[in-house]
Amino acid sequence: MSEDKKPATNTLGLTKSDYKGGPSTMCKGCGHDRISEAIIQASYDLGLDATNILKMSGIGCSSKTPAYFLGNAMGLNSTHGRMPSFATGAHIANTSMTPIGVSGDGDSASIGMGQFVHILRRNPKMVYIIENNGVYGLTKGQFSATADRQSPSKRGAYPREESIDLCGLALELGATFVSRSFSGDKKQLVPLLKAALSFDGLSFIDVISPCVTFNNHEGSTKSYTHQKEMGVTFHDPYYVSPQDPIDIEYEQGELREVTLHDGSKLLLRKLEHDFDPTDRNASFDAIQRTRNKGEVLTGLIHIDVEARSMSSNSGLTDQPLSMLAQQELRPASGVLDRINDSFRI
Amino acid sequence: MDPVINDFSIRIATANGTGSQTSNIVIQRALMKMGLAASSKNLFPSNIAGLPTWFQIRVSPGGWQTMASQWQVLLPLNPATIGRDLRESEPGTVVIENSAMKTADSEFEGLCRYSVPFDQLAREISDAKLRPRLKNLIYVGVVAQLFGIPIDAIRAALGSVFPGKETVIELNVNAAQIGFDFASENLKKQDRWKFEPADQIKHRILIEGNEATALGAIWGGVSVVAWYPITPASSLAEALEKHIGDCRDADPEGGKRFVVIQAEDELAAIGMALGAGWAGARSMTSTSGPGISLMGENLGFGYFAEIPTVVYDVQRVGPSTGLPTRTQQSDLLQVAFQSHGDTRFPFLLPANASEAFEFSCQSYDLADKYQTPVLFLSDLDLGMNTWISDPMPEPTGDMQRGKIATDEVIARLENWGRYRDVDGDGIPYRTIPGVTLHPDTAHLTRGSGHNEDAEYSESPEVYKNNLDRLSRKIDGMVVDLPAPVLTEGDAPLGVIAFGTTDLAMQEALESLDSKPAYLRIRAYPFHEEVEAFLAEHQQVLVIEQNQQGQMAQLLRMHLPQHADRIESATYYGGLPLTTQIVREAIEQQLGVETR
Ligand SMILES: Cc1ncc(C[n+]2csc(CCOP(=O)(O)OP(=O)(O)O)c2C)c(N)n1
Ligand code: SF4
Ligand SMILES: [Mg+2]
Repeated sequence: MSEDKKPATNTLGLTKSDYKGGPSTMCKGCGHDRISEAIIQASYDLGLDATNILKMSGIGCSSKTPAYFLGNAMGLNSTHGRMPSFATGAHIANTSMTPIGVSGDGDSASIGMGQFVHILRRNPKMVYIIENNGVYGLTKGQFSATADRQSPSKRGAYPREESIDLCGLALELGATFVSRSFSGDKKQLVPLLKAALSFDGLSFIDVISPCVTFNNHEGSTKSYTHQKEMGVTFHDPYYVSPQDPIDIEYEQGELREVTLHDGSKLLLRKLEHDFDPTDRNASFDAIQRTRNKGEVLTGLIHIDVEARSMSSNSGLTDQPLSMLAQQELRPASGVLDRINDSFRI
Repeated sequence: MDPVINDFSIRIATANGTGSQTSNIVIQRALMKMGLAASSKNLFPSNIAGLPTWFQIRVSPGGWQTMASQWQVLLPLNPATIGRDLRESEPGTVVIENSAMKTADSEFEGLCRYSVPFDQLAREISDAKLRPRLKNLIYVGVVAQLFGIPIDAIRAALGSVFPGKETVIELNVNAAQIGFDFASENLKKQDRWKFEPADQIKHRILIEGNEATALGAIWGGVSVVAWYPITPASSLAEALEKHIGDCRDADPEGGKRFVVIQAEDELAAIGMALGAGWAGARSMTSTSGPGISLMGENLGFGYFAEIPTVVYDVQRVGPSTGLPTRTQQSDLLQVAFQSHGDTRFPFLLPANASEAFEFSCQSYDLADKYQTPVLFLSDLDLGMNTWISDPMPEPTGDMQRGKIATDEVIARLENWGRYRDVDGDGIPYRTIPGVTLHPDTAHLTRGSGHNEDAEYSESPEVYKNNLDRLSRKIDGMVVDLPAPVLTEGDAPLGVIAFGTTDLAMQEALESLDSKPAYLRIRAYPFHEEVEAFLAEHQQVLVIEQNQQGQMAQLLRMHLPQHADRIESATYYGGLPLTTQIVREAIEQQLGVETR
């Protein structure tokens, strides 16, 4: 009996609470907290060593959340819209560390659009989460660039500008892991996060994350209700780590299987409709088709396991640059004499 | 007419993008092969092709490398500027002109003119395809013959410009020979200017400031470089990329020990540099004024979150886009107090190429030791011109990585906190992910208010203590910053200068009968010697290359007790500072009649 009371542990012998952070200061019911929980769950399940994770964020309610998960990981809460550059620098200084970048729709789709676009092109190995609520939560409810034209504010005003579909944009920019999820759908978000952490490249997850205070009212297209009604998905994802057997139930021909770089697998069980997410054109088509119907497509939208990350392609030494010693950094004595001689007149 | 040996300047006016740059460098190099410390200034436009450009070569008995305010020999080869070039020349100036674009003699009297049919001579170059490039060598030959540069020196110079390319060298020498032969057969020497071999160069090297700076960064141990192109800083990152693979060994498997990233803009460049600095690598970014403006917010983040990195500002003329290819020292105030809130940034002020190497290398120790962005302020004149310089000095002593919260430190300190000042010097023990492994060290670095344990805090007391500690930390840097250099004098005046004003100052002082004492400032915050210098002199003239007298303002602000002694003289036209300007400013201050 007393034996049973002991909390469960993962492969590292850690409990789930070892993956928690400090107490959240989000509004009660904020979608962002559900995402933190999903990160904790995914990390626990994977047996992740949090000291190999760098939590990176920009500015916004969403960007505050790294304080509320993985308390044993180092983190950096940077400036508004600049998480991508800080994450790139930190990761390249030590490629054995994987950044989990957390950003908001304001942080990435407006002020940080430049950095968002370019980090997708650069493709470092990291997880890039946008906690997308269609508003600026922290500055109290202004429209963000992902607010839909037909989605009114609490006061009944409508956005005057087109909204940006972050997944469509990421695809356009050649991103190799593009997904969308919903903070209220842990069954989908957790396996996506696990796959994202196993992927060698930038894995982008656009998570619809309702702001209960400023954008969860009737008519809002970023509300819990709207997402439950209009969210569609074509596959149920299951993550299987390299050492585990495949133990989900499925029928013949029902399963797509993607093998990730560390040997783990992402299994996609087909639902009513199907498409091949490794085919970029099919991915574009899936986004367009659902959007035209006013639906919000979630799930793994595109994956390309052939392309490799910036760090894998960089030709860098395996030893972290941050740990190189003087004798590896400063040229040997005599080299400067040679250089000086080459400038002799 | 007595000949004047080794004491005159040649100005060559051409259009940008016509390939004249090689010819100009060949003349300078050939003079060097004769042992002359020939200096050059490249006055180029912000343009790829077509706009006017001037190249001025100076030789002087003292081997001075400042630009002379007048030239004694002019080659007005650009039709667009010929009128202006002749008008700006003093009477007696030697003019070597293209006979095809000869202007009326009557308009410019008193010039000593040699007319050369350059276009006709160019037809003697047999290869029509190479003719447009090679024809520039013809004026090299004419200059060589008229002023005494042997063809062998030209050949040797071409050897330095095109190392190992024998055919190219021969083609160029042949083209120069055309001009040389024409001059010896057709031009009767009517002027007094002449070069003769001398021994002015000795052990020195010829290098661009940006290249020396880049090499300093390599010796400083930089491993993450993030930059965005901008004149006059681009050649710094480009030189770094050119040299680092050769200077720094790869690992046994060939893995590189550095990364150079061309960022999407300066916001990202500084973000990457700070991200890498935070993660423990030695990092840098290089830019000019407009980039520094963009980096403002993140620099403030680096200051407040206490992250080491090195930021190079190769200054150009502002405000705004300003004059992108002209020089100035006008970023002092913006750099010292960059970013909102109460911030302060240390900066280094190299005056020459070997110092650029030394300070660049040293910047990484300073950034690590004081856990803050360190700025390195050079300018276009130093960065993009070639300088005859002392060899770059091998760094003495080991790299200083500063205080790191290793497990051993955490165990010893008991009460470690990321921002806790345990040693009383304002410098806490920082973490490096993967190096600091103790579980208690994990925290969230942030630009918002934080306590000694890096936790979010809005407490006025906590905030104030933290900000005051930061100030103490920055003030404390002076012990490690390069001290000012004092040259004693006898006049009742002190002068202060920094950076590229130094050479003009040195030359001006040499020519003065009564010499003011001279203090060259090499870093901010200021050393005590600066205060002492102000205290010792009733009058101190600060000479600098900006409009508002930014250094004078900084001095008045930090040393208000001496504010009324500080006078300011400024030059801000954007061209390299001349000795004449400096001398006149000093003479005016001394009440001496200007010669
Ligand atoms: C340079 C700068 N401009 C403006 C702000 C103010 N600001 C803070 S958070 C924010 C918007 C955040 O929106 P989002 O990224 O969507 O995060 P959310 O709060 O919705 O999670 C803004 C504009 C800032 N901190 N910095
Ligand atoms: S304001 Fe909105 S986004 Fe911010 S914490 Fe509250 S619910 Fe979440
Ligand atoms: Mg938002």
